This record gives sequence, structure tokens and C-alpha cells, in this order.
Amino acid sequence: MTSQQPPFAVEKSLDKWPLQIQGEIVSVEGTDSVACRLLEMGILEGEPIRILGYAPLGDPMEIRLRDFQLSLRLSEAQRVTVRTAPLPVD
Amino acid sequence: MDTFDKGSGPTHGKPFQVALLGNPNTGKTTLFNALSGLRHRTGNYPGVTVEVRKGALKASFNGTDHDIDLLDLPGTYSLAARSPDELLAVDVVTGCFGESSRPDALVCMADASNLERSLYLFSQAVELGVPVVLALSMVDLAAKQGIKVDTRKLSEQLGLAVIAVNATKGTGLRELKAAIIEAALGKVAPNAQMLPEAVKSTQAELAKAWNCHPGFVLRALVDEGGEAEKRLTAQKGATAVAELQAARQKLTTQHQIALPVLEPRCRYPWIRKQVAGTVERSQNNQKGFTEKADRWLVHPFYGTGIFLLIMLFFFQAIFVLAKPVMEWLGELTDGLASWLGGQLGPGPFNSLVCEGVIPGVGAVLVFLPQILILFAFMGVLEDCGYMARAAFLMDRLMARCGLSGKAFIPLLSSLGCAVPGILSTRVIENRRDRLAAIVVAPLMSCSARLPVYVLLTGAFLSQTWWLPGLTLFGLYMIGFVVAPLVAWTLKSTLLAGEKPIFMLEMPPFRVPAVKVVARRMVEAAWEFLARAGTLILASMVVVWALLHYPSTTPDGKYWPEVIEESKGEDRLVLLEQWKSNTILARVSRSLDPLWAPVGWDWRIGAAALASFPAREVVVASLGIVFGQDPEWEETAVGDESEKRLASRLQEAKRADGSRLFTIPTALSLLVFVALCCQCVSTLAVMARETRSWKWPAFTFAYMTTLAYLGAILVFQVGTMLEGWIRP
Repeated sequence: MTSQQPPFAVEKSLDKWPLQIQGEIVSVEGTDSVACRLLEMGILEGEPIRILGYAPLGDPMEIRLRDFQLSLRLSEAQRVTVRTAPLPVD
Repeated sequence: MDTFDKGSGPTHGKPFQVALLGNPNTGKTTLFNALSGLRHRTGNYPGVTVEVRKGALKASFNGTDHDIDLLDLPGTYSLAARSPDELLAVDVVTGCFGESSRPDALVCMADASNLERSLYLFSQAVELGVPVVLALSMVDLAAKQGIKVDTRKLSEQLGLAVIAVNATKGTGLRELKAAIIEAALGKVAPNAQMLPEAVKSTQAELAKAWNCHPGFVLRALVDEGGEAEKRLTAQKGATAVAELQAARQKLTTQHQIALPVLEPRCRYPWIRKQVAGTVERSQNNQKGFTEKADRWLVHPFYGTGIFLLIMLFFFQAIFVLAKPVMEWLGELTDGLASWLGGQLGPGPFNSLVCEGVIPGVGAVLVFLPQILILFAFMGVLEDCGYMARAAFLMDRLMARCGLSGKAFIPLLSSLGCAVPGILSTRVIENRRDRLAAIVVAPLMSCSARLPVYVLLTGAFLSQTWWLPGLTLFGLYMIGFVVAPLVAWTLKSTLLAGEKPIFMLEMPPFRVPAVKVVARRMVEAAWEFLARAGTLILASMVVVWALLHYPSTTPDGKYWPEVIEESKGEDRLVLLEQWKSNTILARVSRSLDPLWAPVGWDWRIGAAALASFPAREVVVASLGIVFGQDPEWEETAVGDESEKRLASRLQEAKRADGSRLFTIPTALSLLVFVALCCQCVSTLAVMARETRSWKWPAFTFAYMTTLAYLGAILVFQVGTMLEGWIRP
């Protein structure tokens, strides 16, 4: 599986990135319960993140952040903006 | 092991109330089981679908024994409650749960391999004004991933006891218990400051004004539109709501940030500060194993393939591995019935035992191996971490009919039996999603329907080689098609609401613990055996009696003896004379207008009525009504007994001399059995899991209606088609 890591920083919402991209969370949008749940799970500004894969039919997606792996639906992932950066993710 | 002077008894008057908190998948349940042994019971709490288990244990500290009442809370990531189920954790930690008082101490479980995230709940717990002990699990797993946590340093930083535990191996339990007692005796709550001072003071003011626990007030204040706010509105009325709104408004303008999203943004930096310097990371090749495995296991193509293979293996194993044991159990019950039949003299008791109890209970017991295998597989898949992957793969498909991806496994296991299926819906946190899954689970064709399917398909739908397989497939498809339709209907009407958030942690893969899997198997087996020993036994006795009495001929002779003395074809006529006057037959005959549209007579109706407590009874009841005395054809053995009943059904005539069972009649009975909720234990489990009789009553009503309408449709359309084909 080849990484399509762009050579410079690009910002896009989490659901728009292809596989194996790594980056940093720039923002989590909203103040409702969806935003709260995302934040509570540690999806927070400044966190390194990596996209691990998409389920059949393209939804949900699996990501890695901090020390764990999480799956979430694209409708929720949309809230999260990620900036690609050439830094490795644990 | 924990104490040498066990006989000394408690020194503390009342047992300490201790609550166990933790994220899902941190091994909390395993720790609870290890601490409380088998001495636990489930607390009942109206309105919620989750259970709180209570365990009693003894702990030794400084040479004296103390009693602890340990409350096991449902796994959660945060105290922020968006459903009554989630508010339960808040109720327990603030002492609003049932009869129990405020806890004397909290035990927070955290995953060493995922420390920061799992300390989020801990960071909420330390603010509750109660002593806290931090139990660290998965230390071995963390070490394999190159993460080393310095528990002593962490303990110093946090100012409370941090104990590494391995519940499966039993290490650290003694230290943990001592730490709990020390914390409870010390009564020193941790002092942590994470939220801004303004929030703290507002919280204190409101707590004083409302005479509420500050922990509850914080939830009402911070979780806008959450469950705590709803409870406050219901209990304190409009003035409290106005005060709450004013307080929020003030805080929002002061801090320039919306309150609900402030909390995580304050807590995580605090956590990071506490953890700093206590976690050592080294490069380790074990680290990426889960991630590498996931590249294959959740791959849209390979992942789906592997998933289908696992499921195929799962079902094949249930049938193939269980078959020899099932056959052996079947022979055993047959043997027992004929042996006992010889031992007991003729009379009603003989008939009760050999026609009622043994075939009835035996027909259920043969499914024990299947139940054990089902639970072994479920246990292994869950404990190794694959279950989350299955939910991930199936989520999109399930979401289309309004179900969560996590509902897939419960529905699949309902193909074995709806009871474990309903129990396994506990993994679905969202209440509405869980209810939808519970309500449709009994529609899946469970293994108890299989004997009826096999009997009727074999007797009436095996004219060509492909017909039996196709019929069986079609009958299973009924469940696969109707269940999503019902779920979709429910989710767009009764259970309508905002789409729940699907966020599923993908736990790291690990070798499943034999202890955990074995425990699940034993628990399931006990529950199943208890059911066979009580419900099925009781209903067989009742059904037998209703189909046996009155047992005397008009001239006062005992019917079985009259039949015994007569020869040849007479027997069937006499049997029908007897059975058609029994209590159940009379009831069934009075319901004739009900049976006419589905093409049944009183005999089929009686069997259908008799099997409402447990559908396993249907074949045995058909046997009683249509006569299946093994003595009549002594050469028949094993499979023959089924064929014997099949040929009786084929020969059965209506009053006008025409055949009773036409293909449409057989099909209408099959469809009825496929859709009907003929299972009291399913309804009982449903009542227990939803903590109300509303949902079982609803399920019973909709399934019975569907079954009857389905049977009418099949019979009427079938008869019409038959008329065209053979005019």
C-alpha cells in the first residue's frame, strides 16, 4: 500500500483524505453532542492522526490517533479538519 | 488468599460502597469477576437497559478485615450522559442510584496501552469529592507495544494510589483491595483543578441553590440538551432551567467558548501534564501488529472475504461439530423414554413421562451443544478483538435499515437462539438502536424452528430434489428480509430520533483468555438448562394434560387401553375420537373460524396453540395429536420416528375425506412458525433487558399478527395457484 502523502501541508476534512495519509488535526467543528463525543475520544486540535482504511461501500472509516484505533462514520468525520504534515504517527 | 484471619469478620459496621468505572474494553468486567468471584447479583433500575452488577468482597488492610460492596458500572468513555443508560453512571457516583448511598471510594480502570484517552473518565471522577484509586490494566500488552508506565511516578503526580492489575492472572488484586480500603478510610478526595475557576464557582453556586450533588450539577451545566438537564427540568421545573440558561450565558460570554466543548479541551491538557514523564516509549516491532492485521481484516475486499469465511466457518461449526453430540443426546432421550415406558406401568403417568416430558425436554436439550459452540465462538471473537471489525464492515449495510453495525452479530447469533442474541445487543450503546435490534432479533429463524421446517418440508415439499433445499432457504430468507423491514419501520416511527453517533474503538488484537470464554459458555449453558428444566418442562406437562384429558371413553374405559386392544386402522380413528374431545382440542375447535383462512383444522391449530410457550413443543404436540406411539411400529428407530410422524401427517384426512395437508396448508404452517413469536423465554429476556413489559408485549403482538397475515397470504395465494395448475 503506497502512501499518497502530499509533499506540503494541505487542509481537508477528515472524510476526504485517501488511505494512509498522516496529518494533524486542525479543528473540530461545532458545539453539539457530535462534536463533544469526538473531543471526548481525544480527537482534539494538534493531535497527530492517520487514516487506516474505509469499510466496504466507503463508510465508516478507521483512524489511528494517540495510542488507539477508532472507527467513525463519514458524517462525523466531516467535522474534523486535518492538515497533512510529514510527521510520523505512533 | 487475601487474609489469614478470615473468621474475624468485619470491623467496619457497614460495608464500604465502592463503584468501578472504566472505558469499554479495558478489562473492567474481568476485574469485577476476579474481585467478587461468583457472588454478585444484578441491580434492577427502572428505565434503563443496562445493568449494574453488585458484588460483595472482603479486603484486608492493616490486619483487619473490611467488607466491600462493589458496583460494576457499564463501560463508558465519559460521564456526559445523552441517554438514561448513560446517566446511570452519574447516578451511581453521586449516590442517586437505587438504595445505595454515595460511594466511599471509586475505582477507575485505565488501559496502560492507551493511557491518555482512558484517563479522560478518570479526570472526571477525581472531581467528584470521593477518594479515587486508579487501576491500571493491560500493562503486559502495553509493554509488548513498547509502552512502559511508571506507576509509582504516576501515583506521586496524581496524589492517589495507582495499582497495576492483571485480573486474568490474578496479580495486583490484593494490593488493589488494600488501596481501596485505605482510600475509603482516609476519606481524602483528590484535589484537581482542570476547569476554569468561573465554571467551578458557578457549579458550586447552583449546587447550593438546587440542593444537588455538584457532580450532577456539572453534567446539567455542561451537557447542553443532555440527560442530566432533562432530569433537572423534570424535577426542579422552569426556574431551575432559567437559572441554568443564565449561568451558561454568563460563562459563554466570559470565556468566548461554548461550554460543552470546553470540557475536553481543558481535561486533555491536564491529563497530558500528569502523564508527562511517567510513560516511556521504545521502538518495538509488536507495536504495529494490530494496524498491519487491520490492513487485511478491514480491507473492503479482503476484509469482507475473510469476514464471510469466518461466518461460514462459524455456522458450519455450529452444525457439524454439534451434530454427533446432538444425535447421541437424541438417542439417549429416546432410549430413556422407551426404558422408562417399560418400567412404568400403563396409565396417565407413563403417557405423561414418555409422550410429554421426555420428548419435550429432550427436544430442547439436544440444542445444548449448539449453544455452547455458539458462545465459545462469540467469546473468542469478542475477546480477541474481531467483533469490532465485523461491526465496522457491516455498519453501512445495517445503517440502511436503521440498525447499527454492532447489531449484526446479535442478529446473526439469533439464528442459533434469540436469547443469547438479545443478550449480546448489550454492545450497542444507543438505546433506540438497541431496542430495534432486540425487537427484530426473534424474527431470525432460530434453531428451534429447524425441526418443524425439516419435518414439514420432508413430508410435503420434497417432490423434486431441489425443492426441500429451496424451501429451507426461503424460510430462512423470511427472517433476513422481514427483520430489516421491521427495523426500518420502527426506526422511522416509534424509535425515530437523531441518527446516533457510531464511534467504535477498534481494540488491539490479543489472544483470547480461556477463562473469559469459558465463563461465558458456562453462564449461557446454565441459563439454557434452567430454561429447559423449568419452562419447557412445565409447558410440556400442561400441553400433555390438555391433550390427554378427558381420557375416558363414553362408556368409562381408559382411552389408551381401548386403542391398545383394537387392531389395525381402527387405531387412528379411535385416537382421533379421543383427542378431538380433549380440552385443548375443544378450545381449538371453537377457534375454527380463525383456522379456516389459513387452511388448518383443529389439530394443526391445537399444535400451534400449544407451542406458544416454546416453539420446540410444536413437533411433540403434532406427535401427540396425530399419534406417534413407538409401540405401533416397533421396527422404527432413530430417524424413522420423524418419518413415521411425517407419514401420519401425509395420511391425515379432513372430515370430508380430503387430505388435510395440501402444499399451501404446509406452507402456511411453515410461514406461521417462521414469523411467530412462540417463545416465552425470548419475551422474558426481552423484558429483563429492556426493563419493561412494553417491548415484549409489542413484539409478541406484531410477530403474531405478521405470522397470521403471512399464513393467510401464503395459503390463499397458494390455493389459487394450485387451482390454476390443477383445475
